[in-house]
Amino acid sequence: MPDQVHTIGKTLPTEFDRRAFFTKIGLGSLGIAAAGTVVFSYEYLSPNVLYEPSAIVNAGRPESYEINSVTMDVNSGIYLVRADEGYFALNAVCTHLGCLTAWNQDLGIIACPCHGSKFKSTGEKIEGPAPKPLPRLKTWVSDEGDLMVDRSTDIPPLQYLRI
Amino acid sequence: MPTKTEDILAKVREGRVWQSVFRSGTGSSTLHRALAIQQNIFLHLFATKVRKRMVRFSATWYLGTLTFGTFLILVITGILLMLYYHPSVPQAYADMKDLQFVVSSGLFLRNLHRWSAQLMVFLVFAHMFKVFYRGAYRTPREFNWVIGVVLLLITLLLSYTGYLLPWDQLAFWAITVGSNLSSAVPLVGNKIHFLLLGGNQVNANALLRFYVLHCVVLPLAAILFIAIHFWRIRKDGGLYVQQSEPKPQQPDEPTVIKKEGR
Repeated sequence: MPDQVHTIGKTLPTEFDRRAFFTKIGLGSLGIAAAGTVVFSYEYLSPNVLYEPSAIVNAGRPESYEINSVTMDVNSGIYLVRADEGYFALNAVCTHLGCLTAWNQDLGIIACPCHGSKFKSTGEKIEGPAPKPLPRLKTWVSDEGDLMVDRSTDIPPLQYLRI
Repeated sequence: MPTKTEDILAKVREGRVWQSVFRSGTGSSTLHRALAIQQNIFLHLFATKVRKRMVRFSATWYLGTLTFGTFLILVITGILLMLYYHPSVPQAYADMKDLQFVVSSGLFLRNLHRWSAQLMVFLVFAHMFKVFYRGAYRTPREFNWVIGVVLLLITLLLSYTGYLLPWDQLAFWAITVGSNLSSAVPLVGNKIHFLLLGGNQVNANALLRFYVLHCVVLPLAAILFIAIHFWRIRKDGGLYVQQSEPKPQQPDEPTVIKKEGR
């Protein structure tokens, strides 16, 4: 008899254990499948190729811009500013909610038509609701001597391109 | 004396075709009437019996029913508009103009869709205010209130996604501004913005995504939640009716607090 008690005391695979095992396997594989679905959905919904205009804009010859002038390129959404210190480019997209701002020559300010934010020609914020100044964009001169602007790369303020 | 039309109707109802379609059978007894509701796939969502007080105009102002009515109008007019509208950048705006000026009754259908959409948003709010101020959201109807809030969000999203489809200046800038709001979400804001538009700016991908959301995903979600919403009305004991007006308390009377048993 003691032998028998000993056998029962040991945890032999019982019906319950097997069921619990299969439940775990089932739930585990469902969990993996669900996680996989999330990852695949995310991957599928993020386009790998975009047919959007290039981030790099050719702004033409530097000498075509007058000193102390602000020139807007509506198509690419940038301002090219030629100040006494040199050239710089500003992103014309308002930092509030993404509307295209406009340069007002008479008042000498950049204003957003959507919610009334105002900026100086240096991009500095005069009035909200925009939370941040208009960012300066990476600017350089190409081998052909044209002004180039990269709309996807911001640079710190107070940087000028001298030619 | 039964008229000829009634005779024909009675014959149709006793016929094999009718009997095979409508499971409840014929008859005008209370049981038959209850079965007619209970055994119909559409009507079984509703209660088989309602109190007269519940269906009085003053109880709900029929705001929920009216909201559902505008939804039905939107589904029907929306499907018809889809027959002429291509969700692509070169065509979307022209198709919208064609609907206005070239397609027979196009202007009527487009305006019906547009105004019903505005009306639906208004009615959803009115319905929620009415439910709120009558206290109809209280136990056991809290969950149906939550379903209602989900339906409000779906309504607003339907309204928002539909706004881009005319592809005019107003649509473009409204969606530019609106989608930028999603960028404000901490950490994943820019990802959500990118997924929503299918790119970095409102473009062909965004138009197609909003079209699919507007015409397939959101309407299906709305239908599902509307079904649950209606079914829960029955399960929660029918439309809410105020039991009685609260009695004004006499200042001289001592206040007695009774514990109500459930």
